[in-house]
Amino acid sequence: MLRSFPKGGVHPPENKFSAGSKITVLDLPKTINVPLSQHLGVPAAAQVKRGDLVKTGQLIAEHKGFVSGNIHSPVTGKVVKLDKSLDSSGYKRNSITIEAEADKWMDEIDTNSSLIKEFTYTGKEIIDKTLAGGIVGMGGATFPTHVKMSVPRGKKAEVVILNGVECEPYLTSDHRLMLEKGEEILVGLRLIMKALNVTKGIIGIENNKPDALSKLTQIASQYPEISVIPLKVKYPQGGEKQLIKALTGREVPSGGLPIDVGAVVQNVGTAFAVYEAVQKNKPLIERVVTVTGKGVKQPSNFLVRIGTPVNQLIEAAGGIPEGTGKIINGGPMMGKALNSVDVPVMKGTSGILLIPEGESQREAVDPCIRCAKCISVCPMGLEPYLLMTLTEKAMFDRAENERTMDCIECGSCSYICPANRPLLDYIRLGKFRVGQIIRSRK
Amino acid sequence: MNKLITISLSPHLHSQDSTKKLMRGVIIALLPAFAVSAWMFGWRTLIVTAVAILSSLLFEFIIQKFLLKKKLSINDHSAILTGMLLAFCLPVNIPLGLVVIGSLVAIGVGKMTFGGIGNNPFNPALVGRVFLFISFPVKMTSWPVPMGFQTPLTDATTGATPLGIIKEGLRNSETVDSILKNIPTSMEMFYGKMGGSFGEVAAVALILGFLYLLAKKIISWHIPISIIGTVVLFTGILWLVNPEQNADPVFHILTGGLLLGAIFMATDYVTSPMTPKGMIIFGVGIGLLTVIIRRYGAYPEGVQFAILIMNAFVPLINSYTKPKRFGEEVKNG
Repeated sequence: MLRSFPKGGVHPPENKFSAGSKITVLDLPKTINVPLSQHLGVPAAAQVKRGDLVKTGQLIAEHKGFVSGNIHSPVTGKVVKLDKSLDSSGYKRNSITIEAEADKWMDEIDTNSSLIKEFTYTGKEIIDKTLAGGIVGMGGATFPTHVKMSVPRGKKAEVVILNGVECEPYLTSDHRLMLEKGEEILVGLRLIMKALNVTKGIIGIENNKPDALSKLTQIASQYPEISVIPLKVKYPQGGEKQLIKALTGREVPSGGLPIDVGAVVQNVGTAFAVYEAVQKNKPLIERVVTVTGKGVKQPSNFLVRIGTPVNQLIEAAGGIPEGTGKIINGGPMMGKALNSVDVPVMKGTSGILLIPEGESQREAVDPCIRCAKCISVCPMGLEPYLLMTLTEKAMFDRAENERTMDCIECGSCSYICPANRPLLDYIRLGKFRVGQIIRSRK
Repeated sequence: MNKLITISLSPHLHSQDSTKKLMRGVIIALLPAFAVSAWMFGWRTLIVTAVAILSSLLFEFIIQKFLLKKKLSINDHSAILTGMLLAFCLPVNIPLGLVVIGSLVAIGVGKMTFGGIGNNPFNPALVGRVFLFISFPVKMTSWPVPMGFQTPLTDATTGATPLGIIKEGLRNSETVDSILKNIPTSMEMFYGKMGGSFGEVAAVALILGFLYLLAKKIISWHIPISIIGTVVLFTGILWLVNPEQNADPVFHILTGGLLLGAIFMATDYVTSPMTPKGMIIFGVGIGLLTVIIRRYGAYPEGVQFAILIMNAFVPLINSYTKPKRFGEEVKNG
């Protein structure tokens, strides 16, 4: 029996069309647009002004406070604009626009692709270099990685879990990275373990990626402290709490964090970025992005500089297919619909998904027939139908008691609902209002 | 690109399941029982079922269109299912006028009064059935003898159901052993050769439908199995203690509306609990009430009342059987 999280979950069609496409380097864009808010927390503060010349990898915006992240120039060129512009969040936010010239990297960055396995850094040094490199969670949540590496007083980290689950249908960027940069990911994991002073590492991978499983298992055999565990395919196994439960049996308490059960979870892409930041002095200025969808000519995995317009990625994959109805930043279950393809790739952009018109709109909503399917698929043990009703009726006190704040917004309820009810839409609204109420109490 | 694209919140995928597909699934699961009923009771089975379905659809249409002025939902197949279930728990020689009245009560009182699909506390088909049963007790308890397509369309020979025979016999101080000589064998009852509401007689066909519902994940095992299990346990104890006065558990399962009720009526989404724990409590309640009514009540059969009574407890059961929240029992820190 393969391990998985015990309760709830769904299994949408996987549609991993791009799984066999090697990571290819995309041409440098002429103009890039680097948002100052590419991470959870306080936006970075710009360190350059209009007309400045910057090199690839140069710090152009510095983190403000602890929960924030540095931002580096992904290209060499001239700063032409510091202004608000549209990014993949759908809002206009502060960003730096750079016109690219010939690619000249900062001197301290090791651009050689040779593997460096050994390291002698202290934990503090690793954390400092991670902070300096502007590393954030690359699975999509973009939580600053140096914060996760710093254990709060009174807590103790016991295990580092690498998330190689990639449970979102269609996406394959993590899968390809594991196949092509497995050694580097393992070094990244060891660096994270060292930073946290932890001697146990687990990599969780769903068994729909047998090649990645065997590859990483083979590499991990040289490190007795690291194990690779295959998992049954089930969405949302990549959710931190579900993954910890599946791999260790521990249950993060309601309202708590993984560190409450001694676990720190990092995405495999993040481990790779930590490797590059620490071993190569290379900040986070590029990432792997999957471009895929049912009509896409060449479903691909591109290595692209942050700030590259999404449009350029889609063109490289064969252009927007006829009859495309929706363009998603991320996967189909948790990704966000884009209102423009002129937005830049950001640190958290794992994929661009093009959905045909026939699948882009929701069906008409019917009355709830109390089939309880939403309850049976909820991985958090909630009652989505009830949370929706409580939000509709503005009964926020009860919604809080029914633990609406525990919802991880995986969307399994809306996915399964035979009456097409917008369960998660309402739960999000309820969480927003309950969050306001909780804050106003303080 | 100047084309309009859709902007909506995640998830951007849907399972493609629908209310209509679920209802259709239950209707398909009823077809084996329908086939056996026709085999046992002849043409009138088809007539009664058609009248029940058509009148259910018609009343739903009229009420939604002209009284409630709401969006029509007769396309969701739920009225077809209600009509079919109502027909299944009627004796085959029932006057067709009563079928129409039963449909009106099922749809009008049982369903639309509460706001239509999803809002009714009681199973609509059973509301219609019980209304007919109480209002027209003679017509509703004259059970034709199964004679296949030879069963006359009018004035069919009638006889009592096995449950009725047992009840009557015990009242007349006969022993179970001597009564059993007058009723069909277990094997005959298994494939449906006995008197009764025409959709309830064929155990084997109903079980086939149950397996289909399980395979299609339309229902879970919890409600049917806990009802049947409770009936087996309860009647088993009674039978072991006093076999002279109590029929055996196999008899109780194969007779009356137990299987039809347990598999198709009690599992109605709208009127049953939403968590596995709640479903089991609900099922055990139905099982207990059924045996109590059959053994100690005035009526030979109790499934219909048992389900309706437990329907009333569903909101209460739901509020006491919450799913276990993730991270609930762990202490912080």
